[in-house]
Formats: sequence, structure tokens, C-alpha cells
Amino acid sequence: MSWPLYEVFVRGKRGLNHVHVGSLHAADDESALHSARDLYTRRNEGVSIWVVRSAHITASSPDEKDPFFAPSGDKVYRHPTFYSIPDDVPHI
Amino acid sequence: MSTFEEVIAADRRIEPRDAMPDAYRATMVRQIAQHAHSEIIGMQPEGYWITRAPSLRRKAILLAKVQDEAGHGLYLYAAAETLGVDRAELAERLIDGRQKYSSIFNYPTLGYADVGVIGWLVDGAAICNQVPLCRSSYGPYARAMIRVCKEESFHQRQGYELLMTMMRGTAAQRELVQESVDRWWWPSLMMFGPPDGDSPNTARSMAWKIKRHTNDELRQRFVDMTVPQAGRLGVTLPDPELRWNAERGHHDFGTPDWDELKRVIQGDGPCNAERVEHRRRAHEDGAWVREAATAHAAKAARAAEAAEAARAARAAEAGRSTKEEVA
Repeated sequence: MSWPLYEVFVRGKRGLNHVHVGSLHAADDESALHSARDLYTRRNEGVSIWVVRSAHITASSPDEKDPFFAPSGDKVYRHPTFYSIPDDVPHI
Repeated sequence: MSTFEEVIAADRRIEPRDAMPDAYRATMVRQIAQHAHSEIIGMQPEGYWITRAPSLRRKAILLAKVQDEAGHGLYLYAAAETLGVDRAELAERLIDGRQKYSSIFNYPTLGYADVGVIGWLVDGAAICNQVPLCRSSYGPYARAMIRVCKEESFHQRQGYELLMTMMRGTAAQRELVQESVDRWWWPSLMMFGPPDGDSPNTARSMAWKIKRHTNDELRQRFVDMTVPQAGRLGVTLPDPELRWNAERGHHDFGTPDWDELKRVIQGDGPCNAERVEHRRRAHEDGAWVREAATAHAAKAARAAEAAEAARAARAAEAGRSTKEEVA
């Protein structure tokens, strides 16, 4: 048996993003979806499920974590706290 | 960049693609696989009672519980796979006896009261063990344990409720509960593993923050939790040395038969051979389902490929006739 590995994402309720919950093996997309329902939503934990073959995911590598995320490291001006506003200015 | 040691020291989580010492990886694979195997084998003692449970309500509850055990096993196999091991290989190792599972499942379920006692004591002990594992240093394991713990509380409560119902019944029913507690109490204490002095891996697992408490600490916690529950239920725990020690603020209790634990772990428990044989049979009997699903997927993939080829041919044909018209 060499069923491919699928990653499972569940939307907990309307208004939330799908969140990764785990993985499973399945023969095809359809059976992956059914198994994901049985495995990850036995107690109404979800209103929507995505399954995707693990092999189809492209991920950043932890080895190059520092250079990969470096461009955002020195841009403190992207954060609201970078700007000093006097305390007596309301609603800002 | 944070090294493995820095992440551990800062009490953050190690994630699958991080660098980690080989021994950490090997320890995690062994622990998660054993844990997964325990959930899978753990379906058997109670599964036996699904068709024998006294009412539709009790059957439905038990069925849901056994399904949960299967689910817990699968969450854990998924976590183990993030460390680079193959799930099919782990299933083989369980059947071959190369990897172990919790000693508790090598004891037989002789009566229906055992279903209640397993929920109360065995799942209670498992909860004691597993709650700290929700903060284990390996991220996928900790996350799987959070899911497991959420569901485990139903298991313990249904067991205790079952026992309360029996204790409100006839004298014979109360006797069955007591007899079951007498059989399961000591094996439940053994679930926490050998005493700290005899547990060579504990120090390293604590340093790596895989484990958060020693075996003896967790065993004490379990005894302290369980004694008042036993009192409320109206059963006696079969330990003459069990008493409250006001000075320590804990219960004193007797010593489990560690030789028995060793024997059961080494394969000489009452049901070891039966449990593994049952698992092997279930795995082999399910082969045709796996083969059929594989064949169905292959057929559907071929049909999709053929449809795609036909569509491409039509598109090419249409393209040619358009050109001809223009010419």
C-alpha cells in the first residue's frame, strides 16, 4: 500500500480561516475528504474541509529562515507604534 | 538562527523541519509510535463489549469511544510521520512485535464492569500522563495531545457514570464493580512506568522537555485524584497501605509488582499474543479494501487522463479548422 499523504485543513466555523489540523493517507482526493471528516470532525469541529496532497505544498525552509524573513526585520515603520503621537490626541 | 538547544531553553517548540539531535528524533519516533500503537491496540479490550453492552445507549457510547481510540492512534501516526518515518512501516513494526504499546492493554476485560473501570482508571491514568504532554517540546506531538486530551475527558466520565449506575443497582452489580476495580487498580498504577530510580531515560526526556514530570510524580498525582472518586463511588481500592499522609499532603500507597510489569512489557502478559494476533488479522482482513480503493483511484485517474487527452485533441482540431476558415 502506498497511498499518498494528504494534509488536512478545517474551518472551525463561519468567519474563521481554514487551519491545518493534521494529515492522513488516502487513495484519492475524494476518499481523503471522507477520511478527514471521520478523523478530524467527529464532534462538529468543522463546517468546511480542505485536503491537499502533501507533495503539492511548497514550504519555506527552516535552514534559510533568517535570510528569508530578513526583509521585514528592519522595517519598524510598518508598525503603528513606530509613530509617536502626543497623549492628548484623541481616537488615534 | 536559533539552535535546537536555544529553542528548548526558551521553552518554545521544535517543528518538523528544524535541525534536531538524532537521539531526540529517535526518542520522539519511539515514544509517539508506542503511543499510537497503544491507542490502536487499546480498541480491543473494550471493542469486545460493543456487541455485549446492555442497551443501545451503552453500545452507541462504547462505539464512539472505540472510534476515538482509532482517531487518537491516527493523530499520533500523523505526528510520527513528520519525523520522516513511514506510517505503513510503523504498522508493520507493531505487528512484528518490534515496537511496544502500553502494558495495560495486555489485561483481559472479563466483565462489563471492566468497561466502566477502564474509562475511570485507565483513561484517568492516561489523562494524567497526557495533559503535561500537551506542552511537550515536539510541536506536532503536543498538538496531537491537545486533541486527544479534549476527547479523553468524555472517556473517563462515561466510565465513571457507568460505574455509578451499576453501584445504584443490585448487590451483585456492586460486587462486579468491586471485583473489576480489584483487578485494574495495580495495572493502572503501572501505566506510569517503572519507578524513577529504574527509568534511565527520564532525565534526558525531562532535559529535552519531552516529559514534564517523572513517572513517580504522575503516579502520585493519579492516586491523589482517584482516592476521593473511589470514596464517592463506594468502592475500596485494593491497597492496605493506602492512607492520607497529612505531613506530605499526599496519599501514601503500596508498591506495584514491578516484576509483573516487566513480564507484561516483555510479552508475557495475559493477552499479549492475542492482542497482536488480532491486530495482524484485522490488518490482513482489510487488505482487499485497501486494494479496491487503490484500484478505484487508479481507474478514476486513467479516466480523467483520457478525458483530458480527448479535450486537448478537440481543442487542437478546433484550432485547425479555425485556421482553415481564415485561409
